[in-house]
Amino acid sequence: MIKLDDIHKAFGSNQVLRGMTLEIPKGTSMVIIGGSGTGKSVALKCILGLIKPDSGSILVDGKPADSGDRDAFLARFGMLFQGGALFDSLPVWQNVAFRLMRGALKRPAEEAREIAIEKLRRVGLKPDVADRLPAELSGGMQKRVGLARAIAAEPEIIFFDEPTTGLDPIMAGVINDLIREIVVEMGATAMTITHDMTSVRAIADNIAMLHDGVIKWTGPVGQMDNSGDPYLDQFIHGRAEGPIEAVR
Amino acid sequence: MNPLALLARIGRLALDWLSAIGRVALFGLSTLTHMLRPPFYGRETLNALLHIGWLSLPVVGLTAIFTGGALALQIYAGGARFNAEAVVPQIVAIGMVRELGPVLVGLMIAARVTSSIAAEIATMKVTEQIDALVTLSTNPMQYLVAPRVLAAFLTVPLLVGIGDIIGIAGGYAVAVHNLDFNAAAYLKNTVDFLEPLDIISSLVKGAAFGTLASLMGCYYGMQSGRGAQGVGRATKGSVEAAAVLILAANFLLTGAFFSV
Ligand SMILES: Nc1ncnc2c1ncn2[C@@H]1O[C@H](COP(=O)(O)OP(=O)(O)OP(=O)(O)O)[C@@H](O)[C@H]1O
Ligand SMILES: [Mg+2]
Repeated sequence: MIKLDDIHKAFGSNQVLRGMTLEIPKGTSMVIIGGSGTGKSVALKCILGLIKPDSGSILVDGKPADSGDRDAFLARFGMLFQGGALFDSLPVWQNVAFRLMRGALKRPAEEAREIAIEKLRRVGLKPDVADRLPAELSGGMQKRVGLARAIAAEPEIIFFDEPTTGLDPIMAGVINDLIREIVVEMGATAMTITHDMTSVRAIADNIAMLHDGVIKWTGPVGQMDNSGDPYLDQFIHGRAEGPIEAVR
Repeated sequence: MNPLALLARIGRLALDWLSAIGRVALFGLSTLTHMLRPPFYGRETLNALLHIGWLSLPVVGLTAIFTGGALALQIYAGGARFNAEAVVPQIVAIGMVRELGPVLVGLMIAARVTSSIAAEIATMKVTEQIDALVTLSTNPMQYLVAPRVLAAFLTVPLLVGIGDIIGIAGGYAVAVHNLDFNAAAYLKNTVDFLEPLDIISSLVKGAAFGTLASLMGCYYGMQSGRGAQGVGRATKGSVEAAAVLILAANFLLTGAFFSV
């Protein structure tokens, strides 16, 4: 279980998180929605320790995220970055197999490559992309390589930052199914950021809406449509009119 | 401007400088401790050796040969003013080995290697590749910084040694072909004149400059701000800092080796 309690984070005068509180039960899929620039990516990075929150506590299975063995902590996580963040000096398969080729999970290159190709297949990429460099792929293909890398070592907790942005609707469907599968079959805990309401319905057990640095609404995906929350309603229906100012 | 404000400003500048020096020193220390601690990334280190050492050879060779040649011409012309043309071999040797070899190679490394390290690491930072490394349980200090600094520490002294030899060869070629020096005598004068300390100082400078150059590239890269502008700034800052530090270190090392 992941528990964020009263997280604050500012960059200079830009107050991004102003007391974000959220719980993600083990083995469930949480989807975070919210306007662009509200701090969704920052929240994920805080949990991973890539950004240090100004105040507040983050617990993973009851233990503070910033205590204990950092390697062991990070080994439980997989993360798909919003921009892919592929290592551009390494071919695709070595990106996917990065964790499998060094450190505690190290295994022979042959085997790592096979696993990489299998993961690439799961995100809808053919084996022939394995030896290409990331820069030679389209944006959507890069995103999927990033996804393959995030799931390659079969982590317990996976963060997906906009997994379907830039994908065609069919491929987006494939990725939604994949994320769902990972949660249901492998029992992973997933946290996904997305702006795509189809994705939300396909992936989520629970959703949380981040606005003004706090979670405005959180609950099971089934209650999303009749939450009675004006912010959530405006957001899921994409209305320009409502409590959320369209021009910020 | 009122004098107090001026004083305050100078004070602030001095403090900024001091804290910058402190940060760089801490970064260097952290690089060292990460270098000595497993895991070691052999492939990354080999790659760095190739890029910093082997691929810098052409530019080092060209720099050295032209410098050695020009030096011979200058000393000959200058020496002629007080009938001291004969010292060309000795001065070329000492000038190249003690000063110009290490400094020019160091500056070329700052131009070629520091800039590329800074731009590469800054781009990785800006595109979240550094964050991605961390989430994949790989320490960027160990994976990116340590191999590069180690490679520069090992190869730049070699490059300096090679530069020294090529520089002397350049002087020799000019002296023998254009200035009618006797070839055998030129070589004998060069070899007889150089002392072990000259060569040791040259190589020590090389190691120091290589370390500074690569460290600055890594430091500025890792500190890069966001966006293309951040990368540009990191690259510019790294080359400036490396060049200035190399020249300052050269002054200090020359003092340490040769002041009596
Ligand atoms: N490293 C950083 N330094 C300074 N400001 C940052 C940094 N990272 C994020 N921010 C700021 O924090 C705010 C939230 O950014 P974040 O990337 O979390 O948004 P987001 O909710 O993920 O938006 P989007 O849906 O567009 O991806 C933005 O105003 C951004 O400018
Ligand atoms: Mg984001």
